[in-house]
Amino acid sequence: MTRVQESSDPRVEPKRPVHPLAAPPESWDYATSIEDASLANLRDRYDLWIDGEWVKPAKKLWFESINPSTEQTLSEVAHAGPTDVDKAVRAARRALPGWRDMPASHRARILFAVSRLLQERSRELAVLETLDNGKPIRESRDVDVVLAAQHFFYYAGWTDKLDHVLPAGRKAEPIGVCGQVIPWNFPLLMAAWKLAPALAGGNTCVLKPAETTSLTALRLAEILEEAGVPPGVVNIVTGAGETGAALVNHPDVDKIAFTGSTDVGKLIQKSLAGTGKRLTLELGGKAAHLIFDDAPLDQAVEGIIQGIYFNQGQVCCAGSRLLVQESVERQLIDLLLARMQNIRVGNPLDKNTDLGAINSEEQLAKIESYLEIGEHEGATRRGPQCELPASGYWCAPTLFTGVTPTMRIATEEIFGPVLSVLTFRTPDEAIEKANNSLYGLSAGIWSDKGSKVFRMIEKLRAGVVWANTYNKFDASSPFGGYKESGFGREGGWHGLFPYLK
Amino acid sequence: MTAPPVHKTFKLYINGKFPRSESGRTLPLFDPKQKSEIPLTQIARGSRKDVRDAAQAARKAFAGWSAAVPLLRGQILHRMAELLDSRGREFEEYLTFYCGATPARAEAEVEAAADRLLWYAGWCDKLAQLYGTVNPVVGPYFNFSMPEPTGVVCAFAPPKPALLGLVSLLAPILVPGNTVVCVVPLEAAPIAVTLAEVCATSDLPAGVLNIVTGDPDELMPHASVHREFDGNFLVSSQAEVVRDIEAAAANHVKRQLTVPAHAPAWWHKSDAQDVRWMQAFLEIKTAWHTMGQ
Repeated sequence: MTRVQESSDPRVEPKRPVHPLAAPPESWDYATSIEDASLANLRDRYDLWIDGEWVKPAKKLWFESINPSTEQTLSEVAHAGPTDVDKAVRAARRALPGWRDMPASHRARILFAVSRLLQERSRELAVLETLDNGKPIRESRDVDVVLAAQHFFYYAGWTDKLDHVLPAGRKAEPIGVCGQVIPWNFPLLMAAWKLAPALAGGNTCVLKPAETTSLTALRLAEILEEAGVPPGVVNIVTGAGETGAALVNHPDVDKIAFTGSTDVGKLIQKSLAGTGKRLTLELGGKAAHLIFDDAPLDQAVEGIIQGIYFNQGQVCCAGSRLLVQESVERQLIDLLLARMQNIRVGNPLDKNTDLGAINSEEQLAKIESYLEIGEHEGATRRGPQCELPASGYWCAPTLFTGVTPTMRIATEEIFGPVLSVLTFRTPDEAIEKANNSLYGLSAGIWSDKGSKVFRMIEKLRAGVVWANTYNKFDASSPFGGYKESGFGREGGWHGLFPYLK
Repeated sequence: MTAPPVHKTFKLYINGKFPRSESGRTLPLFDPKQKSEIPLTQIARGSRKDVRDAAQAARKAFAGWSAAVPLLRGQILHRMAELLDSRGREFEEYLTFYCGATPARAEAEVEAAADRLLWYAGWCDKLAQLYGTVNPVVGPYFNFSMPEPTGVVCAFAPPKPALLGLVSLLAPILVPGNTVVCVVPLEAAPIAVTLAEVCATSDLPAGVLNIVTGDPDELMPHASVHREFDGNFLVSSQAEVVRDIEAAAANHVKRQLTVPAHAPAWWHKSDAQDVRWMQAFLEIKTAWHTMGQ
């Protein structure tokens, strides 16, 4: 276990009197509470899940999946090549008529069963997710798995009500075979976001998890089988970018759904040009998080912390661009720095841990490069000096002050626990600065004045706006971006549109 | 002795004004019904600079049009239908003279176009109730979703049906509060410019709708990569054109709606008067607000 320590680093704020709630007694400490890793029940090697069977990859290649908090190998995962992807797409095509034409109430029962099984196996799934991804067990247990189960429950209920979905009263038909490519930050949850609405709509799927986090998706395959999802209705092909490309470019896929970086999203959109395939994209973000001088600051501090350090900041909607009204800037930064002292960084399996491991060496290098860029650009790097574990990929919670709107740390997605703090004077300036971004996924507002909050909600060009809260998600609530953050919605009634025609 | 007609110049429509192309170029429009050496008229041949100017005007107009109360947008679209109808004889004459339509077809087209505008006008103050939801989330939050316009859309109009095609393209873009630059091929230009005159006298704010006539093959490659456009509405069946425009759209993650040329859709009310045309350039915004004391 690691402890947050007082630092001698000159960049770190000296302790000064702060809000009483933010300063814990010196003797206060936690007892460790480590979750049992053996609950994950890992196999040594995983094959591909195609047509209801575990299939060895054609080229007999496997790659290691490691625990990012220890760098130890967890298991081996199959590397799917074009032949395997083709096999999966064919299986999905063959399974389509049976799944589409099955009585809707039967499909509903099966999807409800998936939800229930996710709940029943939630502890095992949470441990597995934490091992594979590096996120704190508190989050995988209370957020990822819970929401994944809710998504299946929510869309299971839509399955036999599809004629109530489309506004024009048209009869709803599935699109067909869906290719779905998901990221590593919420592996199981993203699989649920993609599969649940597609399956409810009567589509069949080929899912490509991210190469660093395939394990919960493969466990989900077992659950789908147990719930009675027929062979071929969901196929899971593991691998890296070229596996995803093979799926995206397969001629017999009718729809692509992608969640990931804006750069890759653009490549996918380009490669689908002229093919007539349908596409939804959920891409990057650089969310503005607005703090007005009439905000409840203690609560805002919790929201800011939750907004940027949740899941180590590896969240497309992370509140990474803090915009503070000038009059409360100093006070807020003091509160934030004091609160950051209490963030517990370390073993993700410890139930006390707030900030887990960064998902991969590559991602850590990217975050660290932005820390250098920020300093080089002239911003001031601040935050607690943490004792970080010797092995694994770790980044201490960080914030930059003195950030100007054109700096790269203010405009580019870092995807790590790094907060850029900027200021504004008037609500109009806040709107202008907040909207001055190529992205438009999410935004946050803290103010106690209702009329101001609703005006901000209206003016912010972002797909999700959190007011006096942040990073909340729900199966019934549509999520997705404006501008270069993508198009299409996931969650809620609107989340069915991309899967029906 | 009857006086010769007053010569009418067909110009562009940008930011509420009727400029000639900045390039000074024109294209001759010949009679579609018979071979003739003498053109019926000259059409302004818009340039890439004209498209840029129009895009800028549309961007500037977006804040006001998107924030206008839906009732006002509806009344302005209704006003456009009023004026289209009152100038119906002129549109019919132009459809027969410049586009080669039979008088009966021209009459039907004008009536259908007015109907379509009215149908869309009525949607302005209902769209939020069609696409808006209150979401029953877990926890003490008031959570709702509502439709908002995408931004500035570039529409590539079909050569025909000149009037019905244009109205069917532009109305669903305008209803939610988008602004638009419409690239119009030579054949439909007299109709488009006359429709612009309708817009200019309907209290449609300057810049909300802009028309650049000319050679689409020349303008499309530039318009499709322009970053001021948030979306493209393309009517084309040319595989290469579709692929190029859609590929260019990827550079800025633009919303792309492609419809085959000569889509019978425009003539079929059940198909053309469908909310899905508005859905293409809508964003759904979800807001969460804490409930407490």
